[in-house]
Amino acid sequence: MTEPVAEALARALAGLVEGEVRALDEITLLIPGERIVEALELAKARGFVLLSDLTAVDRHPEEPRFEVVYLLTSIEPPARIRLKVRVVSSEQVVPTAVPVFAGANWLEREVYDMFGIRFAEHPDLKRILMPDDWEGYPLRKDFPLVEEPVQFFGHVPKVPSEIIPKTPRPS
Amino acid sequence: MNELTRETLVLNMGPHHPSTHGVLRLIVELEGELVLGTEPVIGYLHTGFEKEMETRTYHQNIVFPPRIEYLATMIEEHAYVLAVEKLLGIRPPARAEVIRIMMAELSRIASHLVWLGTSAVDVNVSSLLMYCFNDRERILDILEMVSGQRMMHGYMRIGGLQWDLPDGFEQAVRAVIDDMPGRLEEYERLLGDNLIWRKRTEGIAVLNADDALRYGCTGPVLRGSGVGYDVRRAFPYGGYDEYEFEVPLGRAGDAYDRYLVRMEEMRQSCRIIRQALERLEPGPVLVDDRKVALPPRRELVRSMEAVIHQFKLVSEGIRPPVGEVYSAVESPRGEKGYYIVSDGSNRPSRVRVRSASFNNLQALPVMVFRNQVADIVVAIASIDIVLGDVDR
Repeated sequence: MTEPVAEALARALAGLVEGEVRALDEITLLIPGERIVEALELAKARGFVLLSDLTAVDRHPEEPRFEVVYLLTSIEPPARIRLKVRVVSSEQVVPTAVPVFAGANWLEREVYDMFGIRFAEHPDLKRILMPDDWEGYPLRKDFPLVEEPVQFFGHVPKVPSEIIPKTPRPS
Repeated sequence: MNELTRETLVLNMGPHHPSTHGVLRLIVELEGELVLGTEPVIGYLHTGFEKEMETRTYHQNIVFPPRIEYLATMIEEHAYVLAVEKLLGIRPPARAEVIRIMMAELSRIASHLVWLGTSAVDVNVSSLLMYCFNDRERILDILEMVSGQRMMHGYMRIGGLQWDLPDGFEQAVRAVIDDMPGRLEEYERLLGDNLIWRKRTEGIAVLNADDALRYGCTGPVLRGSGVGYDVRRAFPYGGYDEYEFEVPLGRAGDAYDRYLVRMEEMRQSCRIIRQALERLEPGPVLVDDRKVALPPRRELVRSMEAVIHQFKLVSEGIRPPVGEVYSAVESPRGEKGYYIVSDGSNRPSRVRVRSASFNNLQALPVMVFRNQVADIVVAIASIDIVLGDVDR
């Protein structure tokens, strides 16, 4: 059961939406990057006052590669909705959500830090969790994850993911 | 600003400072004792949990949540397994849900007790810490009795629990929750009548409701400012809709109100645990779905099918359908959510941990603006951050 407020917002945003996914009682709306601030403002005016989360997904090797995910929450009545912006590559910038939700500041910095997605006109876009001189973007799929070499004899660094190999879904 | 030189002082607090509850660095701009600007610098405890979780199976990942946020361990496990269960579209047996709620509420009390003790020490009311840790230890003893571990339990399973409650559990829990309200009253007498505590928290680190919402604050920080948002009430999960409890609210949004909110929450947790004990009916604690949960040991010696299921689950793990899910719980610090993207394989393709501490800490500069330097310590304590949760 999706919440009526979320349904109403989905209808109100219909003009901006590129696509819509409904699964597991959750509504996800695909918004073109250049219109995301407009959509967020509209959602906020309709009671979705809490930006619960802002994150990204790397869909490598699929294209467009990245998705920036905005999770909005309405407190009274309780409802949630998810907005998504597809980002082709790190060359494409996404408008910042900070003027609408001040809390987006650190969340966008984290997305930049982990995925290298840049946000236009962000007040202070720099790394937040990784060291300032870090190279690469750790949560990208092509960023390797290996054990750190240690000073013991006979220790071969292994890839944690190889302990149980990845098996795809049977078709 | 100094009237003669027109200069402000930039002071570096941390990263190693006993009152920052972890490894947190603050760059503070001061005019005498007044705070003009604060810039929290985080990431010192970043351990890449989200990346790690992409490389392990859904079952293996149960060990990570309690390590991300090490004060409310059971609630963290609950958050993760609920998200995977939502993705799979399964619901654990009734008994498992009741036990989970008891564990979660015990964890909440244990976490709030750590907060109470340490924030009292921060303002030099040092007698309280040992009392609080003593009480917390009694709760950890119960959690150890149930799961075998004091802190990193790994007790919850996708679709239920590792095993049923041990003998003597009910008496042990009743002993603790019957004592708790009296203990809390004692602590309130210690603090509520304490001039230092009142002067150091009332009207300090004020955050109004608008700012709290703008910064995405949740939990006692948001409720202390008078906004009644509790995930247990707004988006009931794991059977919370069947329990009676109140969501305490503050008014002024200062450190003292957050203290009041948390004290009342501990009482409400006792109330929920009492109701849960009444609801505890005999029954299974793990779903009977062999594609999700391990078969019982006794079947392994009789059934070839059970052996195959066991082998496939251990060597490969479960494969949820393609899709994405967000599921949140109310942790002692606020909304703790897991956003999981599944590509249909045995490992999640993305796990995002929405941590309450991260957003709450972001509001710190607003809270301490034009307060005294010493009040920064009170503000940090009143947010109740866990740096492991902030940095993940």
